Amino acid sequence: MSANQEREKTGMSYVFALAGNQNSGKTTLFNQLTGSNQHVGNWPGVTVEQKTGTMIHHHHGKQAHIGLPSFGSRKPDTQTLPKEYTDVKIVDLPGIYSLSPYSMEEIVSRNFIVMDKPDVVINCVDATNLERNLYLTLQLLELGRPTVVALNMMDEVRHRGDTIDLVKMEQTLGVPVVAISARKGEGLDELVRRAMELADQKIYPRRLDICDGAAHKALHAIRHLIEPQAVAAGIRPRYVATKLFEGDEPLMEQLQLTPETRHIVDEILTAMEKELGMERAAVMADTRYRYIEKLLADCVTQGADVQGSASDRIDSVLTHRVLAIPVFLLMMLMVFYITFGPLGSFLADEFSALVQAGIDLVAAALLNWGVADWVRDLLVNGVLTGVGSVLSFMPTILILFLLLSILEDSGYMARAAFLMDKPLRKIGLNGRAFIPMMMGFGCTVPAVMSARSMNTQRDRRFTIMLTPFMSCGAKVPIYALFTRAFFGGNQVLVMSALYLIGVLMAVLAGLLLKRFAFHGDASPFLMELPKYRLPTARNVLRQLWDKGSDFLRRAFTVIFLATLVVWFLQSFTFSFKPAPDVQSSMLGSIAGLIAPLFIPAGFGSIEASTAVLTGIMAKESVVSTLAVLSGVDAQSAEMLSAIRGVFPSTLSAVSFLLFILLYMPCVAAFAAMRREMESGRVAFFTVLSQTGVAWLVATAVYQVGRLLGLG
Amino acid sequence: MMTDANKKTLADLKPGDRAMVDTVGGNDALHRRLLDMGLTPGVSVLLQKTAPMGDPVEIHLRGYALTLRLDDARNIGVRL
Repeated sequence: MSANQEREKTGMSYVFALAGNQNSGKTTLFNQLTGSNQHVGNWPGVTVEQKTGTMIHHHHGKQAHIGLPSFGSRKPDTQTLPKEYTDVKIVDLPGIYSLSPYSMEEIVSRNFIVMDKPDVVINCVDATNLERNLYLTLQLLELGRPTVVALNMMDEVRHRGDTIDLVKMEQTLGVPVVAISARKGEGLDELVRRAMELADQKIYPRRLDICDGAAHKALHAIRHLIEPQAVAAGIRPRYVATKLFEGDEPLMEQLQLTPETRHIVDEILTAMEKELGMERAAVMADTRYRYIEKLLADCVTQGADVQGSASDRIDSVLTHRVLAIPVFLLMMLMVFYITFGPLGSFLADEFSALVQAGIDLVAAALLNWGVADWVRDLLVNGVLTGVGSVLSFMPTILILFLLLSILEDSGYMARAAFLMDKPLRKIGLNGRAFIPMMMGFGCTVPAVMSARSMNTQRDRRFTIMLTPFMSCGAKVPIYALFTRAFFGGNQVLVMSALYLIGVLMAVLAGLLLKRFAFHGDASPFLMELPKYRLPTARNVLRQLWDKGSDFLRRAFTVIFLATLVVWFLQSFTFSFKPAPDVQSSMLGSIAGLIAPLFIPAGFGSIEASTAVLTGIMAKESVVSTLAVLSGVDAQSAEMLSAIRGVFPSTLSAVSFLLFILLYMPCVAAFAAMRREMESGRVAFFTVLSQTGVAWLVATAVYQVGRLLGLG
Repeated sequence: MMTDANKKTLADLKPGDRAMVDTVGGNDALHRRLLDMGLTPGVSVLLQKTAPMGDPVEIHLRGYALTLRLDDARNIGVRL
């Protein structure tokens, strides 16, 4: 919905856009301004995340105690704002460094500001890193919407002894400049007040003349040339001229410039390039940066750099030539250990026990009330077990994301990507793919969700495709049972071999995907290494809440439905009569149908096929299914001989293990993949090809083994 | 804009080297990204360090730290 439509719908209300660099504290500012009134969706037509929220007012909240002069002598309004203004919608634009047309995030941002005309653009700027941050500011000003610059992290600027002359900066830029600290909640009243003022009085920024000489002449000439087209399209001529100057292809197409006009523009620019000896995009970037250098020389006085050197000292250890990799591995091991080790397992088990106790309670109550058997079975084994299986993932997901958001907010995650980029690049990924890969050894669900930290959809999808090859924790009991039954004494060797085969398959798949599916458009790995900062509890908890509720909302439907379907399939026969045992149920019949498919792989029994099917529900079910179908207790000694009965030879057991290692992950993982890949089709294709690969590998191993006389 | 073979690029710098950016090449998208991140002709950069495995590198410019791969750094001609 456009800002205009939004306004018409809600009467007197405003739309503010929040724009800024990555790492500028924009998310913190957004959370501060909107509280819990947030909505997460996608931008129309593209898969860039869009966050919107309703602004909460700060007039009665914390007052600004930032100790810096605010521009203008006007005292902050003590009276409340008119009632009709209470509705301000804030649209959080993606974190960007520029408004060039080479990334979805940048296109989405500029289109929103140009087309939807938000009442105010709040530009969040990292005041400790002004030179690069103001580069975006200058481009935002070109767009011509009422704009307020929020100088964030002013507490840090003050702490290191720098001073920024806000009055001078405001006079130079021609728009309000407000000192804030989003982390501490300082200066927000003033920011809101100034933004409201801009919106009420519709104050547009004046034109900034940032260029001189040949560049100025060229810009001026282009501006005159395209003015009619720009006006007709309702876009500011100044902005159009600047973008054409930079060779902006999408905008040229949008304006439907004639070949003649394009030609003249090109002539003007070619002449300028000759005169300046610099290519056109470089001229514009250089012009902006030179303007900023001059602005900063006028407005900023530097003190001793206390904070910066602390950050440098931390970094000299964390990215040290020798220490970096051991420290990194230790950190990752710790994250893994806390999430999946004793603490994580304890919480997960306790939580599962709690859920199970709840289910038992309900089951007992239903029995007491004399509810019909099939209804009880549906509610307990279908509905509640489904709910329970969704909930049982929660502790793991929350712990992992607690740790990951601490790493992300502290600035370490960028360093981890810096360290691991080289090896991962060989398989077509970048350094950021390491975390999802490693988490995959624990549980594919949070691993897939953690891929969201990657910048492009290509990288996310690519990483997610490889993650399931990391053998997840739920498969360990299967391996343990089989190694005991078939490889007494060689458990460690067999287990290690399986994990290694998984990794090797991921490398192989990566090489193939890089060659045939994801070639070309890898976004350049150009990443800011932000300063180390202490994460705030507020931000970490916020992210935890977002992840947790997101998982529940999205995954619930898929996992829940799948549980119901499986319950139905294993409880009824095809004539919809209650099935006396699993073999005669619909599930058993389907397993009987697909069993012949596995004859070439050496495990064509109905028991094995049923286990494969229930393994799609959850890998934990594989062992219990084999136990139930063999009529033995999974923990008993008879289990080993029962397994040997189902799998006639060691070779067929190996083949089965390889299939289990490589075939599609469970439905919970599939639900997460579908969500994070932003396409059910791609997710489905992924798990289908994984199953295909698993079948091929299992069959190849079995057949070759037989030829070698191992069967 | 190609840099000729015997000219120094950002990828040739050693940790601790300071240099002035001379030319900025790369395909369209990379070229613009480099410029946007502040790697414009004339800017002074410090090669802070290389990653333990030799690639990528960390450079300091315009008051912040940026990491980029050697492959991309080769598109940036520098003067010592």
